[in-house]
Amino acid sequence: MSNIDELIKGVNEADSAQKLFLAVSKLAQAKSPQAIPTLIEVLGFNNPGAAVSATEGLISLGESAVTPLLANIDDYNYGARAWMIRVFAGIGDPRALPLLIKASISDFSLSVRRAAAKGLGSLQWHKLPLSEREGAEKQVLDTLFTTIDDGEWVVRYASIVSLENLYKTINNSEWQEEIEQKLHTISKKDQEIALQCRASKALEFLHKTE
Amino acid sequence: MTEAPNLTPEIAIQNLIQTEDLGLRYYAAWWLGKFRVNTPEAISALLLGLDDNRDIAPDGGYPLRRNSAKALGKLGNAEAVLPLINALDCEDYYVRESAAQSLEMLGDKRAISPLSALLQPAIQDDQLTAYGTDTVADKPHLYQPYEAILEALGTLQAKNEVNLLKPFLKHPVPKVSYGAHRALYQLTGDNIYGEKLVEALQGKELQLRRSALMDLGAMGYVKGATAIASAYAENSLKLIAMKGLLEHQINFDQQTNQSLSHDTIMIMDLMDSLL
Repeated sequence: MSNIDELIKGVNEADSAQKLFLAVSKLAQAKSPQAIPTLIEVLGFNNPGAAVSATEGLISLGESAVTPLLANIDDYNYGARAWMIRVFAGIGDPRALPLLIKASISDFSLSVRRAAAKGLGSLQWHKLPLSEREGAEKQVLDTLFTTIDDGEWVVRYASIVSLENLYKTINNSEWQEEIEQKLHTISKKDQEIALQCRASKALEFLHKTE
Repeated sequence: MTEAPNLTPEIAIQNLIQTEDLGLRYYAAWWLGKFRVNTPEAISALLLGLDDNRDIAPDGGYPLRRNSAKALGKLGNAEAVLPLINALDCEDYYVRESAAQSLEMLGDKRAISPLSALLQPAIQDDQLTAYGTDTVADKPHLYQPYEAILEALGTLQAKNEVNLLKPFLKHPVPKVSYGAHRALYQLTGDNIYGEKLVEALQGKELQLRRSALMDLGAMGYVKGATAIASAYAENSLKLIAMKGLLEHQINFDQQTNQSLSHDTIMIMDLMDSLL
């Protein structure tokens, strides 16, 4: 039996939350594409410790995990779907763009909205055909301009970080101007001083890079 | 059974004032706090709720008083201070706990001496007494809500009470001990108390790690930033704690006329990594 088979066996045979967590951590650290189906399965186990490890493992596997994840989206297991969205956000593959947009605006869990909003700012744009790129960028911009008004501070925080990242990756100076204006407004008017400060930091960065 | 209704401030206040449906009253008190309905009418209705005698829980406590006390803390109206101080004498432990937490939020120094008085019987010759450490027979709680009281005294800057607080550092209930560390850090600025809570982030129980995280956030212990970011707990909680540090640091920057100091940027970089 190969080492990976043994690690997978360890996950399947774990009979306590603690053992499952340890077995998943080991499997995730092996960074083997063979582990992908098992790691995806773990996302549905309602074991947060194990799900965190599986999520990190899938993110580190990157693009190769995206197709099996998209094929396994579980509409009936909210927990599993929420973890998948975190994986998509972490990998940044543009194929997950529609999912991230929907999750960042309408998921009921603030931590899923937060992760999705963060993911929108770190998409790997070069993986999109040039013909689709501008349309997708505009979608992300519009979405972030919605999530920046979220009632939860942490979703707004993630949106600021993403707008800063988006500014760096797009070439449309009109949109860049809009981002700058938006960040400027937040740096003066958000009800949370912490967010005003994060927006100021973003603006300072933009000016440094100009 | 009362359905959770769609409320407006006016309906919530009416629901709270009426005396027929206890469920509606209970929900209305919570709702007024949650949605920060800070009108004189809301305050008067909640003050009525704080004196309620009708709504009695199976454990003999007063659910409506508990909710009213919590809501009054969120509304930031000084009119609630004296009634909440009176509520510190209520026979229901959870009413006393909510009152202490709300007095902390209201930030009125008049609460210092009544809160300190609740600690006195727990101390003799600078040591904790059995009254201070025992749980009440058949109940899951201590005689007084020490954690809430200690935290309130720290926030209210009860600088003359340092000696009264010190014995609680060694309280056998970890959360009470954490509360004492947090308060004594706020009162003295001595890092020794902050470092003890940073150590607690390595503890075995998730609940206690969470508790230490929240304490470090509340006291704005910036030196603990890296330890908080790498603690074994949910990112959501770590972000809340880090926001506490950030707010503390921004305040410090403003006082020292800096903008975006090195520490402020360090905290935000850590927060970005937790998203």
